[in-house]
Amino acid sequence: MQSQATYNYKVVRQFAVMTVIWGIVGMLVGVIIAAQLVWPELNVHEFLSYGRLRPLHTNAVIFAFGGCALFATSYYAVQRTSHAPLFAPGLAAFTFWGWQLIIVLAALSLPLGFTSGKEYAELEWPIDILITVVWVSYAVVFFGTIMKRTVSHIYVANWFFGGFILTVAVLHLVNSAAVPVMAAGILTPKSYSAYAGVQDAMIQWWYGHNAVGFFLTAGFLGMMYYFVPKQAGRPVYSYRLSVVHFWALIFTYMWAGPHHLHYTALPDWTQSVGMIFSLILLAPSWGGMINGIMTLSGAWHKLRDDPILKFMITSLSFYGMSTFEGPMMSIKTVNALSHYTDWTVGHVHSGALGWVAMISIGSIYYLLPRLFGKPEMHSKKAIEVHFWIATIGVVLYIASMWIAGVMQGLMWRATNVDGTLTYSFVESVKATYPFWTIRLLGGLLFLAGMIIMAWNMFLTMAGGKAVNAPVLAPAAAH
Amino acid sequence: MDINDLRSLFTVLAFIAFIGIVWWAYSDRRKATYDEAAMLPLDDDSPFVPSGPQVTKNQERKSS
Repeated sequence: MQSQATYNYKVVRQFAVMTVIWGIVGMLVGVIIAAQLVWPELNVHEFLSYGRLRPLHTNAVIFAFGGCALFATSYYAVQRTSHAPLFAPGLAAFTFWGWQLIIVLAALSLPLGFTSGKEYAELEWPIDILITVVWVSYAVVFFGTIMKRTVSHIYVANWFFGGFILTVAVLHLVNSAAVPVMAAGILTPKSYSAYAGVQDAMIQWWYGHNAVGFFLTAGFLGMMYYFVPKQAGRPVYSYRLSVVHFWALIFTYMWAGPHHLHYTALPDWTQSVGMIFSLILLAPSWGGMINGIMTLSGAWHKLRDDPILKFMITSLSFYGMSTFEGPMMSIKTVNALSHYTDWTVGHVHSGALGWVAMISIGSIYYLLPRLFGKPEMHSKKAIEVHFWIATIGVVLYIASMWIAGVMQGLMWRATNVDGTLTYSFVESVKATYPFWTIRLLGGLLFLAGMIIMAWNMFLTMAGGKAVNAPVLAPAAAH
Repeated sequence: MDINDLRSLFTVLAFIAFIGIVWWAYSDRRKATYDEAAMLPLDDDSPFVPSGPQVTKNQERKSS
């Protein structure tokens, strides 16, 4: 019997702790840029100006906070559901240090003004190469662990994690293809995209929407399929639905990107295809949401006094809300109103704060005591407080952005009888100030919740000792 | 037959493949396997104590 073998929790611990740290950093930058919109005089230096901090915010919350959460949870779930410790532990450690180096390089290069100008892919080519190396290592560790599993089945969460890892590799490689600039015979960090014109735009938003679909959805659905059943103590509501959910997402998400380019130079039929596939996406999204929430069927009472489960189930509710809103906004006539307004910003944050952040927070709360040899988090009360502060924060954020966005869209399209515009652009900016202030408050609340989480995390870690759970009975033990 | 016919054909084939997956996932034959697979995360209640050398059908199949 191989009872001495333990799971590799070290890398899970490192990523779990950094999830909380980068969450605070990324959301703090978000709060700063939200404040800059209310008080423009806060743009004190070019390094700290809105235009440079905004990509820093998006990169930090998506790839640093969300990325660390995905590494931590996928490494944990794949080992435990495969009944095998991580493949290539040295490479796993490399993914941790490599990913942290990438985050630090992003935090330096973006404020300094190095950018490729592609949304959610702003990092310049030397960092892009490093991302590729780390990502391939991640794939080797993850799929290697699946290959050495001692159970026959590959649990559905691993399918989602695997789909996410594979697709993000393809997206990153294709969209980041660029030609570096030579100056005086020396390679510079500046580069230009390998694509031009509308093709460049289409590739960018094929990447951009699939970053949402695979990084921010498939990966976190993997989290949902492992941690919701664990925390609820019940198997997933319908396993067959989870299989169909996986394949439906894979078949449809790839084609939804053109809805980011409605009424642009992109051919009209491409826009329509993007819209149709976005509408179809409602079905698998809601199937997955129902599957997650119904896992609690027959055990709803657990929601009453389990704040971690509250985080998870609320995250699924926000997932359902934003995946209803998304297809609706992809309809061309709706998009004519919503595009370029703060409605889009509200929609993104309903998904990012409500779904992605909350499912991550719930999963990390589940993980921390288990990784540090404690029966539970230091303070359950603090988790409860965190939950309510975060929920109120998200609601304030998205409600203010809905109102602001619809108002902006209506003001921009209003015309007088003689055909001239009723409002100048700056009048719409002026009218938005109160809503930007409410959004700042919502963001501050969400950040405050993360700080409570960090306090709770450090007290849970204090006095605890790092533990590695023994590997579960492998087949050889029979 | 030009390239656009092939593109249409691919879309139809992808759709048929998806319907096939749904039919396969919901066939009765898969039920027992799925019920067992759904229990994979729950097989290990305590994170600190090994759950002992119980071997599930899932593991038996792999080792045999």
